[in-house]
Amino acid sequence: MMNTIAEVEEQIIEEFELFEDWMDKYQHLIDMGKSLPLIETQFKNDDYIVKGCQSQVWLKGDYANGKIHFTCDSDAIITKGMIAVLLRVLNDRTPEEIINAKLEFIDKINLKEHLTPIRANGLVSMLSKIKTYALAYNK
Amino acid sequence: MVAEKNISIEQIRSQFPILSRKVNNQPLVYFDNGATTQKPKSVLDAIQKYYSEINANIHRGVHTLSQEATDAYEHSRKTIADFINVEHAHEIIFTRGTTESINLVASCFGKRYVNAGDEILVTEMEHHSNIVPWQLMCDERGAKLKVIPVDDNGELILSELKNLLTAKTKLLTLTHVSNTLGTVNDVKEIISLAHKNGTAVLIDGAQAIAHTEVDVQDLDCDFYCFSGHKMYGPTGIGILYGKEKFLNEFSPYQSGGGMIKEVSFEQTTFTTLPYKFEAGTPNIEGGIVLGAAVEWMKNIGMNNISAHENELLQYAIQQLKTIDGIRIIGEAKHHASAVSFLIRNIHPYDVGVILDKLGIAVRTGHHCNQPLMKRFNIPGTVRASFAVYNTMEEVDKLIAGVKQAKKMLS
Repeated sequence: MMNTIAEVEEQIIEEFELFEDWMDKYQHLIDMGKSLPLIETQFKNDDYIVKGCQSQVWLKGDYANGKIHFTCDSDAIITKGMIAVLLRVLNDRTPEEIINAKLEFIDKINLKEHLTPIRANGLVSMLSKIKTYALAYNK
Repeated sequence: MVAEKNISIEQIRSQFPILSRKVNNQPLVYFDNGATTQKPKSVLDAIQKYYSEINANIHRGVHTLSQEATDAYEHSRKTIADFINVEHAHEIIFTRGTTESINLVASCFGKRYVNAGDEILVTEMEHHSNIVPWQLMCDERGAKLKVIPVDDNGELILSELKNLLTAKTKLLTLTHVSNTLGTVNDVKEIISLAHKNGTAVLIDGAQAIAHTEVDVQDLDCDFYCFSGHKMYGPTGIGILYGKEKFLNEFSPYQSGGGMIKEVSFEQTTFTTLPYKFEAGTPNIEGGIVLGAAVEWMKNIGMNNISAHENELLQYAIQQLKTIDGIRIIGEAKHHASAVSFLIRNIHPYDVGVILDKLGIAVRTGHHCNQPLMKRFNIPGTVRASFAVYNTMEEVDKLIAGVKQAKKMLS
């Protein structure tokens, strides 16, 4: 049985609490980016792009057995890390779970600065695209 | 070390309250001066003084406050006029900033002089705000936008200019100093070439005005634009200098109060320069305080500012080059105020995030120069841009930060 969104969020908070130093925290984020479920190269095109002002993100959602599986990539490594954190919570969930996810844990691990609309990394647009997929498959 | 002899950087720094704050628990190192500079105490005091002592609408009231505010506003216009050595103070128009100044000229010049088949010349290193207004105007008038290319060092290919200037070229618009590359264009020579062809010239001075002496009569440019906030002054205020003969021939850009001579429902006549282009209540505080910012720079001396910034720039470039995998974008012979770079294939955004964690503010991204980024085939750059209050020690911190970022992101 898969952990609930709340449980995974709690795990991530505990994981990040271990880091006293910002450098270790960011190193962890960067490492998480390396384990991202990568989008297939053939889909790294304009159909799947989420444009930020600086870094860009490619995102693809596939619906099977009532759940959405996301694959993605970014040209910036810290952005990749942030996506990895978000997808650890949101990947392979039902559309309903995704729609209801509040993602308040981002604030608790002090990475909210990457999720404000003024940040030019495309993450806010990516989140709304994830929610759009969920709404589309929420039958 | 000319600068060190004439000015004390420590004394200058002490005039900027913001420079003593911390960012992410680190002392702030502010290298995003190309985006906006910090403000000295004399500028902050001038804002306070305006609202506490003379706030009133200008050019209208007979009462004392209105008179005093009007005097201060017009005194500031005169200060700015002297600063760039214009012939007549009424050739100085207050705008919201460089962008509005360029839009004003594109719109008014287009309506007055540009017809189907005519050409407007821009350069490949222009900021979007010196491309898009001309593009829109060209679409409207059926004119064509042509582009002077940039070489691998980040310099304009001037041999191309001679081919691009034709009988159809109505106006050439270019930046004095490139915001991304730091290239200082030989604008005087270019203006002279354009004028020989009967082409008017606009200079975008946003990245030059705080770094080098500007004499519009010596340059002989037809228009010169800059923003207050990039020269130690407030946001929301900028300048358009235009030669009287052009400004007189232009129709008004915006209309409203303050720019009319007489209004009836049948016909309205307009007042004289500069008020013809200053419709509505202007940014009075901004206009007055910009004068204070100019006084502050004059007091330090533009030569001292240039000399000190040049030392910082040369030192930064030299130190960056010691880092393995660094690529400097823009190595023009005449280079000022900013250096752009990349570390191997590390995304500039990532470098910016790590530097921010170290308290170092730089700009990352395409710097509103997408065509230029395409020319160099890069997603963006990391840009450090300097002001007179920056120090060599801060450059050392930047270099250490870049090394740290490289280590974490490689």
